[in-house]
Amino acid sequence: MIEVAGLSKRYGEKLAVDGLTFDVRPGIVTGFLGPNGAGKSTTMRMMLGLDRPTAGDVRIDGRHYDRLTDPLTHIGALLDAKAVHGGRSAFNHLLCLAQSNGIPRARVHEVLDTVGLTAVAKKKAKGFSLGMGQRLGIAGALLGDPRILMFDEPVNGLDPEGIHWIRTLMKSLAAQGRTVFVSSHLMSEMALTADHLVVIGQGRLLADTSMADFIRENSRSYVRIRSPQREQLLDVLHRAGITVVEAGGETLEVDGHGSEEIGELAARHRIALHELSPQQASLEEAFMQLTAESVEYHAHAGPALGDPPPTAVPPPAPRRSWGDDWKKG
Amino acid sequence: MSTPQPQTHQQAAPAPNWQPAPGTTYTSPIPITRTHLGHALASEWTKIKSVRSTMWTLGVFLLLVVGIGFLVAVNTSDNDYADVPYTIPAFFGLILGQICLITLGVLVVSSEYGTGMIRTTFTASPQRHRVLTAKLMIFFAVAFVVSALAIAFVGLVTSGLHGGSSEVSWAGTVVKGSLYVSLLGVLALAVGSMLRHSAGAITAMLGLVLVPAILPAFLMISDSLRTVGEKMMEYNAPNALARIFEIDSESGTGGPQLGLLAGLTAAAIVGAYVLLERRDV
Repeated sequence: MIEVAGLSKRYGEKLAVDGLTFDVRPGIVTGFLGPNGAGKSTTMRMMLGLDRPTAGDVRIDGRHYDRLTDPLTHIGALLDAKAVHGGRSAFNHLLCLAQSNGIPRARVHEVLDTVGLTAVAKKKAKGFSLGMGQRLGIAGALLGDPRILMFDEPVNGLDPEGIHWIRTLMKSLAAQGRTVFVSSHLMSEMALTADHLVVIGQGRLLADTSMADFIRENSRSYVRIRSPQREQLLDVLHRAGITVVEAGGETLEVDGHGSEEIGELAARHRIALHELSPQQASLEEAFMQLTAESVEYHAHAGPALGDPPPTAVPPPAPRRSWGDDWKKG
Repeated sequence: MSTPQPQTHQQAAPAPNWQPAPGTTYTSPIPITRTHLGHALASEWTKIKSVRSTMWTLGVFLLLVVGIGFLVAVNTSDNDYADVPYTIPAFFGLILGQICLITLGVLVVSSEYGTGMIRTTFTASPQRHRVLTAKLMIFFAVAFVVSALAIAFVGLVTSGLHGGSSEVSWAGTVVKGSLYVSLLGVLALAVGSMLRHSAGAITAMLGLVLVPAILPAFLMISDSLRTVGEKMMEYNAPNALARIFEIDSESGTGGPQLGLLAGLTAAAIVGAYVLLERRDV
């Protein structure tokens, strides 16, 4: 269980993370989604006690990260880039981590086996491929057999086999009752692995919802119609009380009515149709729309489950300090 | 307190359907350990011996101190040692060799920043001061033992070659000589921790060692800067080593110089601790 409350991080003038409040619960994979630069990595670094929050609080199993004496047995993290000394062998890298947390040496062999790196355990991490590097990072995360696991962009740059392996791993870890928190900038990837979604944009919480709800609310299905008798068709649809969206060219789009209904209506009025096709907007589009709005309006509160809307309070005006004007001059 | 209460995790709130039944939380078979400095020391010991830069810097250090020491010992005669200790040939190697210990000291911490390893390290040990303490202790122990062995070895070889010619006791020069170069390395480690950049920290340390040795020649020209120049001349690193090895027996045995370095190192360590807790990684 990770509890994030009112978390903010300011870098100079820029508010990278702005009042995030959400919980990451055990037993499911929680996806942490946002476009590049949305503040995902900054949030994760604050969760791990690497960066100090400007405001707010993160608790891991009810405690602050720096109060954990053996953090690797509570939370394991795979950080974005290779956070490994390239000159050290995989085994020694894991060994020094294990020793710092009082984890028995035998466990190093176990995790190397789990991620399939036993054969290259004595090789320097420098020579590892991207996939092997990710596996080494995951071995480090699994070292303390923690209840909480955190992965920052784990599938970035991996081949299909590696992606499949990580997806399966994350699901099985969650199925064991662990808390799994994984960041990504790809909605399509999240749709395959996550049960719950936390979406941020510009450092603000945009949605905190179950995957099923997100799909239900955001995947718009409509019927696309093209007809040479466009005006006639518009008339007929209008009289039947069906709202039509004119979508450029000679294409019409109808929401909330089946293609059967529209086809039969057209046939009854002897209108020729060149196209009648049911369409489904992709989750990727829904995600892009959601995050694009955050740029324009700054206050699109998603259906936060039980949480107060994160943006109810207007952001404080940028604090002025002496010297501000001097910088401008 | 009127601060908004974060949700408590006793599932009092209506549990959404995706929330697992209570009691399904994973429990690890690995026992909980209360970690202490000993764990950090074991970890840092593994780290320092598992990278090649340690072997390189210490290897070159030994080669310089023992190699140059041996050459000097062979090319000197018995009466050169009338009023100086047998360890004096090690002095010439140490002038160069101290740069190796400075490099290693910087690398012990800055290589972690350079590779990103530091994020893994501090994720595993959020008690950052403990990590730095372990690094300082392990590095100092390694540097002190290696340099003491090197100086003592040179002293033994020289006394073997020129037996009976020196009356001066040389045990003190082994301790003080290795203490001086090890402290320089510890200072470098603290500077590396503050600057977080290998090349920058090594350059800063070289400046600290070399500039006070070169600058006095120019400062002496001006009358007003003469005292500054004289102090620099007296306290610069090569001269400090020269005094420790009693090259000129009338100008002391390097006590004040060692004291100055110890004070400087202590100040740098305090600075490193303060910045370590304050800065983001």
